[in-house]
Amino acid sequence: MADVTQVKTTINGEEVNLLCEPRQSLLEVLRDVLGMTGTKEGCNDGNCGACTVILDGRIVDSCLVLGVEAEGKNITTIEGMASPEGLHPLQQSFLENASLQCGICTPGFLLASKSLLDQEPDADEGRIRHWLAGNLCRCTGYDKIVRAVLQVSKAK
Amino acid sequence: MTSNQVLSEVEFNVVGKRPIRPDGVDKVTGRAQYGADTNMTGALQAKVLRSPYPHARIKSIDVSKAEAFPGVKAVITAKDLPFAALSKEELGDGYTALKYASDHMMASDKVLFKGHPIAAIAAVNAHVAESAMALIQVDYEELESVVDVREAMKDGAPLVHEDLRTNDMGQISDKPSNIAAHMSYSTGDIDKGFAEADLVMEREYTTATVHQGYIEPHNSTAFWNTDGQLNIWTSTQGSFAVRAAVANVLRLPVSKIKVTPMEIGGGFGGKITAYLDAITAVLSKKAGVPVRTLMTRSEVFEASGPAPASWMRVKIGVKNNGKMTAVETDIAMDAGAYPGSPAMQAIVCAFACYDVTNGKVDGYDVVVNKPKTAAYRAPGSPQAAFGVESLIDEICGELKLDPIEFRLLNAAKEGTRRIEGLVAKRIGLVECLEAARDHDHYKSKLSGENTGRGVACGYWPNRGFQSSVVMTVHFDGTVSLLMGSVDIGGTRASIAQQTAETLGIAYEDVKPTIVDTDSIGYTFITGGSRTSFATGLAAITAADDVKEQMITRAAKIWDTSEDDIEYVNGTVSHKSDEELKFSFKDLARQLATTGGTISGRSNIDPTGEGNGYAVHLVDLKVDPETGKTDVTRYTAVQDAGKAVHPGYVEGQMQGGAVQGIGWALNEEYFFDPTGKMLNPTFLDYRMPTTLDLPMIDTVIVEVANPGHPYGVRGVGEPAIVPPMAAIGNAIHGATGHRMRSLPMTPGKILEAGWENGNSSGG
Repeated sequence: MADVTQVKTTINGEEVNLLCEPRQSLLEVLRDVLGMTGTKEGCNDGNCGACTVILDGRIVDSCLVLGVEAEGKNITTIEGMASPEGLHPLQQSFLENASLQCGICTPGFLLASKSLLDQEPDADEGRIRHWLAGNLCRCTGYDKIVRAVLQVSKAK
Repeated sequence: MTSNQVLSEVEFNVVGKRPIRPDGVDKVTGRAQYGADTNMTGALQAKVLRSPYPHARIKSIDVSKAEAFPGVKAVITAKDLPFAALSKEELGDGYTALKYASDHMMASDKVLFKGHPIAAIAAVNAHVAESAMALIQVDYEELESVVDVREAMKDGAPLVHEDLRTNDMGQISDKPSNIAAHMSYSTGDIDKGFAEADLVMEREYTTATVHQGYIEPHNSTAFWNTDGQLNIWTSTQGSFAVRAAVANVLRLPVSKIKVTPMEIGGGFGGKITAYLDAITAVLSKKAGVPVRTLMTRSEVFEASGPAPASWMRVKIGVKNNGKMTAVETDIAMDAGAYPGSPAMQAIVCAFACYDVTNGKVDGYDVVVNKPKTAAYRAPGSPQAAFGVESLIDEICGELKLDPIEFRLLNAAKEGTRRIEGLVAKRIGLVECLEAARDHDHYKSKLSGENTGRGVACGYWPNRGFQSSVVMTVHFDGTVSLLMGSVDIGGTRASIAQQTAETLGIAYEDVKPTIVDTDSIGYTFITGGSRTSFATGLAAITAADDVKEQMITRAAKIWDTSEDDIEYVNGTVSHKSDEELKFSFKDLARQLATTGGTISGRSNIDPTGEGNGYAVHLVDLKVDPETGKTDVTRYTAVQDAGKAVHPGYVEGQMQGGAVQGIGWALNEEYFFDPTGKMLNPTFLDYRMPTTLDLPMIDTVIVEVANPGHPYGVRGVGEPAIVPPMAAIGNAIHGATGHRMRSLPMTPGKILEAGWENGNSSGG
């Protein structure tokens, strides 16, 4: 069996000490080692965005990051988006706008959208479409996703 | 004018509103459990070894080194499936069907497509299983393959199955062929019809292999317990379909199999076939512990079921005023490695938008060395519509007729007898065409150079079939709604809404749950645009059952006859004594002390589905330098009968339109000459992104379906039918070129310009 490495990282504000194989991706570590299955696998080669997480303020496809690279990093996953007080405004907006059908791409879209509005609170439709082009959704045709993000954006 | 219009004529309390879906919070917080999220204690992970060749004989398989690899717990090949031990004599007429079903899951003698399963390994983790796969030695004898549907139909083409004979309208041919079936319908006298025409046009069209493109790869978790009970957790459009497929291949009674449908990450018809479940089960039996198998994205492309490539010839005759006098088509669809393309649906749908007096349609189901095709949203209809709707546009151009007026002149309506013989019930094509004609989009002026506008319409019959629902009234007045229909895109909401409407209670008081195959009656797949209609109807019938029992209970409490009591809008009241009245919640509170809870149930097989029609408008711009097409405005019009949740109906229309835009412009499997797919990733199989699209405007037309109390029709499928022709017609407007081959890539558009002696493409 392959050797494991100790990794110290921060996930959703909590310090985490974990053991993983050097060949395991961050996506595998989240799902298989930590049981955080909210991050989804759609392609495992960085083309669909279903496994999007925020790593030190940037969105990354967690399938393209090794677990050991999480050492010392600060990671936000979908499990960290809502608070005990309630849903994040984007989560609420996705629900109100019927922005998900099957829902498998939704965690990735939410994190990508959050990352955009954290940096550019007044992003307009063109900016939203540009930013979300790395996330594939096959159900919605994107219309209702873009509208949900626009509703939360300060651009009106 | 708003971007999303609903043209309603009837209003209800809950049906037609836009509540938040019951499973919504779990899906925006990442807590919803999809198939791949299943993680049972002690579970092994499995990988499938797949054929690198599109067509080869398996001479030998040696798994001994893989079995000895540390961490490997079980290895199987087709020898471990029951088919290997059964003889032709035992199986009789069922031999071929079982061979196809079993071999499709794991090849026994020949591989018929690249990606065909050869062996599977369960190990302590997926990396170990993958390492061990490299140790399996397979000796293949490569065979000549056939990839193109028309090549496969020729005499002397390499045979995919040596024993397959053509079923030609019930007659079985003498010699083997790749043509599995020929089917035909006709009406009237086409020779006479074409002779009466002022203009007859005939063209050929081709479409490429495309994939449904659901974001969640196939998966299965199985545990075959030592008591013989097999449990399966999987992403599927139909838990009962998986149960039937596994029972068939593993020769088990269905009672020995329980299938739990997990949340499903998209299907579009592609998650009906059970690819992994039987082999995962056999691995579990061999290893004695649960096993989970996950496909990679490349496996999904190469070894699940894409939609067929097709060829068609279309011939239409019209009078100078646009009235159609005769129509004719031949459609050949590639089924992939095993028979079963939607050629029948293609010929039935081809002219279903029109009132045709004289017509003949012929379909061919053809096997080739490609993955066995599967359903993809309105299977067969989009390919047929690309040809028919493109040729109609060409005719309109020739005769200088408005494309919507042409379609209104010829439109199918209530009473129209279609070529296959069915007579249309109340349908809404005319209303959709009128809504498109009157829309701001159609009335607006197209501006700018290299721009074009296209129109096309589309049809899907929609389905009924069996559904089972059980609902229980709790003492607090809420209702548990149990169903077997998997929720792919919001049907928990649409069925809960119909339940609440029927019971006269709040939507929030209905709690839907999708249960396993042991916990509900047989329920057909979520497919065919049937679920909100058929399972909705089952919920309405079960709610009626609840209402009757609530009346009986009130009669008991008031010591009166049931005939004296009425149930109106959630209130149970005495017809003549105004003092005697229960709200639903008040009566529910009394249930515990008056005989216990109430459950309503319904098992139905409805036939009143209403046909679905859609009309799409598109504006686009073609870059004359690069040939790239940009869709600039899109409007989808569709008859929903009654939109139960307009938000999710719009979502179906928008999603279908965008899959169609991808099919029209980008998407295709690239095959090498032997049939190996060269682009099995989302990087190279290019689906539309946010950046490729405008907003998709919608108009929901509501022409009530007489077969449903609220008028509901299926809505999932019609929206993928018109886009390809609408876009092709608009490209003609922008460039002057008629595109007759999908996808209409920049290269093909530039080539069309060069062939027309116009280097600018315009």
